[in-house]
Amino acid sequence: METRDLVIIGGGPAGLAAAYGAYSDGVKDILIIERDDTLGGILNQCIHNGFGLHRFKEELTGPEYADRYIKMVRETSVEIRSNTMAIDLSDDKVVTVISSHRGLEQIRGKAVILAMGCRERSRGAISTPGARVVGIYTAGAAQKYCNIDGYLVGKRIVILGSGDIGLIMARRMTLEGAKVLADVELCPYSNGLNRNIAQCLNDYDIPLYLFYTVSDIVSDEKYNRVKQVVISKVDEKKKIIPGTEIKFDCDTLLLSVGLIPENELSNKAGIELDKRTKGPVVYDNLETDKEGIFACGNVLQVHDLVDNVSKEGERAGQNASRYLKEGEKNSALVKMNAGNGIGYVCPQFIRKDDSKDYVEIFFRVRSPMSNIRLTLSANGKEFKSIPKIKVVPSEMESIRINKSEFDSASEITLEAKEN
Amino acid sequence: MHIDIAILGAGITGSAIAFELSKYNKNVVVLEEENDVSLKTTKANSGIVHAGYDPKPGTKMARLNVEGSLLIHELYPLLNFHYEQIGSLVIGSSEKDHQIINDLYERGVQNQVRDLRILKTADEVHHLDPNLNPQIDYALYAPTAGITSPWELCLALAYTAKVNGVDFVFDCKVLDITKNGDVFDIKTSQGNYQATYVINCTGTHADEIYKMVLKDRQDESFEITPSKGEYYLLDKDQGHLVNHVIFQTPTELGKGVLVSPTVHHNLIVGPDADYEFATKDDTDNLQKGLDYVRDSAKRSTDKINFGSNIRNFAGIRATIKGFDDFFIEESKAVPHFINFAGIKSPGLSCGPAFGKEAVRMLLLSGMNLTLKTDFKYYRLPTFFSNMTLREKEESIKNDKDYGQVICRCETVTLAEIKNAMHAPLPGTTIDAIKRRTNAGMGRCQGGFCGPKIFEIIKNEFHFSYDEVYQDRKGSKIVLEETKGK
Amino acid sequence: MVCINCPRGCHLVVDTDTMTVTGNCCLRGKAYGISEVTCPVRTVTSTCKIEGGVIERVSVKTNKPIEKKLIFKCMEEINKVTLKAPVEIGSVIIKNVCGSGADVIATKTVGSSL
Repeated sequence: METRDLVIIGGGPAGLAAAYGAYSDGVKDILIIERDDTLGGILNQCIHNGFGLHRFKEELTGPEYADRYIKMVRETSVEIRSNTMAIDLSDDKVVTVISSHRGLEQIRGKAVILAMGCRERSRGAISTPGARVVGIYTAGAAQKYCNIDGYLVGKRIVILGSGDIGLIMARRMTLEGAKVLADVELCPYSNGLNRNIAQCLNDYDIPLYLFYTVSDIVSDEKYNRVKQVVISKVDEKKKIIPGTEIKFDCDTLLLSVGLIPENELSNKAGIELDKRTKGPVVYDNLETDKEGIFACGNVLQVHDLVDNVSKEGERAGQNASRYLKEGEKNSALVKMNAGNGIGYVCPQFIRKDDSKDYVEIFFRVRSPMSNIRLTLSANGKEFKSIPKIKVVPSEMESIRINKSEFDSASEITLEAKEN
Repeated sequence: MHIDIAILGAGITGSAIAFELSKYNKNVVVLEEENDVSLKTTKANSGIVHAGYDPKPGTKMARLNVEGSLLIHELYPLLNFHYEQIGSLVIGSSEKDHQIINDLYERGVQNQVRDLRILKTADEVHHLDPNLNPQIDYALYAPTAGITSPWELCLALAYTAKVNGVDFVFDCKVLDITKNGDVFDIKTSQGNYQATYVINCTGTHADEIYKMVLKDRQDESFEITPSKGEYYLLDKDQGHLVNHVIFQTPTELGKGVLVSPTVHHNLIVGPDADYEFATKDDTDNLQKGLDYVRDSAKRSTDKINFGSNIRNFAGIRATIKGFDDFFIEESKAVPHFINFAGIKSPGLSCGPAFGKEAVRMLLLSGMNLTLKTDFKYYRLPTFFSNMTLREKEESIKNDKDYGQVICRCETVTLAEIKNAMHAPLPGTTIDAIKRRTNAGMGRCQGGFCGPKIFEIIKNEFHFSYDEVYQDRKGSKIVLEETKGK
Repeated sequence: MVCINCPRGCHLVVDTDTMTVTGNCCLRGKAYGISEVTCPVRTVTSTCKIEGGVIERVSVKTNKPIEKKLIFKCMEEINKVTLKAPVEIGSVIIKNVCGSGADVIATKTVGSSL
């Protein structure tokens, strides 16, 4: 069986960064498995700008950001096998891949990094009633049709979801010749970046309906296509308030209702998943509960900024490199808990005997909060408190825990408390 | 062209009859209103192959259910559709439930259902299915019940019929039928057909079709009342919640809400039975129907995570009010016109038995039937995702298109999609490909593979971009090219 | 208004009498605030039709922000272009689009499908 030092599953921003991080740390034998023809992953269809402000101190479009990393990786000895799909992963790091040109292969990695990215949730995830007809697409699918294949999926559009993908597509469809009638958001606040509301909705006078959801989809009988989308206001329990319907005559509904990590391979390897992130449970070195299998990028936790994906990917690569040199570390563990106000924490465990000055914990809050304190408590006692003016679920945050702080703990709980 | 037997409708009933009749030396044609088989009720149900204890003893329903479920079990290795005999439990906890379950057991014995057993303790029930609610302490266990993929079963029967000489005409709406002497003149949107026998398998519209031929004659007739049933289909992470088909005790409305694994390892929950808002062709989901199903499921298990739902759908049952059986009769007023009407549950389970029944009825009617000597079964190609590692390796060696995965969630390869586009009844739309290969059935519901399959269909059939349809003719996926034309 | 220069999205308040900006966290935000009230600008991103390439569209952008009021005119110019593969990332597609002083450049390399 072919054996490689490091096998990276996925050649998008996470996988590319992981390869670069591992190579820079001294790993020379690296193989990237990429199912598409080209590297770059989802960035290839994210043709808008706003990427790279942290990583490269420049504002780049998605493809340009991808190009930077692709060029960096192509200058290394990293082997890229494209048009190759990983269809199985064993808990002892055997990756089964298939491709038209090489057939079925099994490759043993001394270390494996999962970087498969994520999928969009579909209409079923929110059980929107109404007709099930053509004219309903996820925002990402509409984006692919538009930016890569050159098609408009619709001409009169209602968008459900005001996360960044929904906002971006509101602008994209408008620029490319469609009329976007509304962006509809279940929460009383938008889940996207303020800058995107400004330059995607406000710039084009697209109304944003907060605290609304789609309550019905009416179809045109002849062609079985969307002909009207009905939205209704919701109460605090997210239940539809009767009598608040607003009807939009349109031909298309775009859904931007959340992302979920692609965890088919994680499941095949028996890797433990976090119920909240839906990605693998990891130690602070991004290693999963299966020795030598690491995870980074959207497959681990859904990110907002690709710059953070790259940072996480490079860290995973460096940690995989360290694992290859030094082997598995046995260590006492600190369990990280998501307390009041916190949606999830990642990593979920800290290996405290593994010498490091600090650990950075990434998290999201459950709801928007202002004037809060982020608190860390160990064994019931609060040891750190950081004030924050504003936090929102749509923006990933991080907090640093020093070695002196976690050394004596067995569990640490992160909470967000209003002042 | 003269037809010996015209079958109206290519759902499970029409396809099963076509399948059986294709074994005989007769000229058989299936006229189907939609552009593919299985597009109405057949593709929108629970996919359960019932054991047969539920129908009233002595009815055609009871006899055909038991016969059908045995035939399905015989056919699946020959035709290679997905089927698993996982068994079913009708669960209960109250005294009333115990009585209902005991009655169902008696009925099952009368209907000659094999291996039925009553589980009389909570321990026995939870040994078989640990995630059921703790208060459930009684169950009817039917080991011969199974699950299948209903559209796949329908396709399998239709393909075999096709390769053995049955013609299928699609987009063929029946406009009028007149009996002239010994011949039926069938006027359709695809031209006129003449047939000696007509078998009416048109589901929710069967009564309208019969009225067309009856004209002003008097005969024992029927009226179809539609009843809508809504469903949740959940992701594979919920698929192992239960090991059997879990039925609740029947209520006046029907069989109650079921919870079951599917042959693709998803979890299916449903249906309700709504007569109030249902119309014959409207399969929209209603908030109240979805809420009812979701709440009712809790009676069986409270462990279902509806956050993992990937799809909702609804099907329309063709029921005949006040009549607890199928209406399967040769018309007395119009001889040689045979109705297979009111095919609600357990219609799917009867499937192949409808074919046998049609043959029996034709023989009784005086038809001379001789068996073909060259009848052959058409096996569905095995899903790549169901192959062993060795089989996968060999497949790619023999056809490199097995090496290109198109649908990530269900691991469907280009070779399978190409097979579907060139099947005996070719798939030329996104959903037709989906029904044949499973592409787009998974977690992302075609969000990822949709644009790829769009391109594949467009290139294979040399369609322009606005000729690639979601399902029904005219259901364009994309409306325009960007950058003008 | 919201500053669009970086993901922080600072809420800016601009006093149009004194032309002072508050709420910004950096100098770029201050500049953005001023420009939004005097002459708002935006970077336009889109795609151009490409023939003979491995994909059907090449992603493009204006290499500098252009006046907001020129956005749709700029789109019209972009829509007129049909390129021939291969196209190299960074290459100029339209020089000085709509007289804005900005060029439309390719943001992706698209190879030939041959």
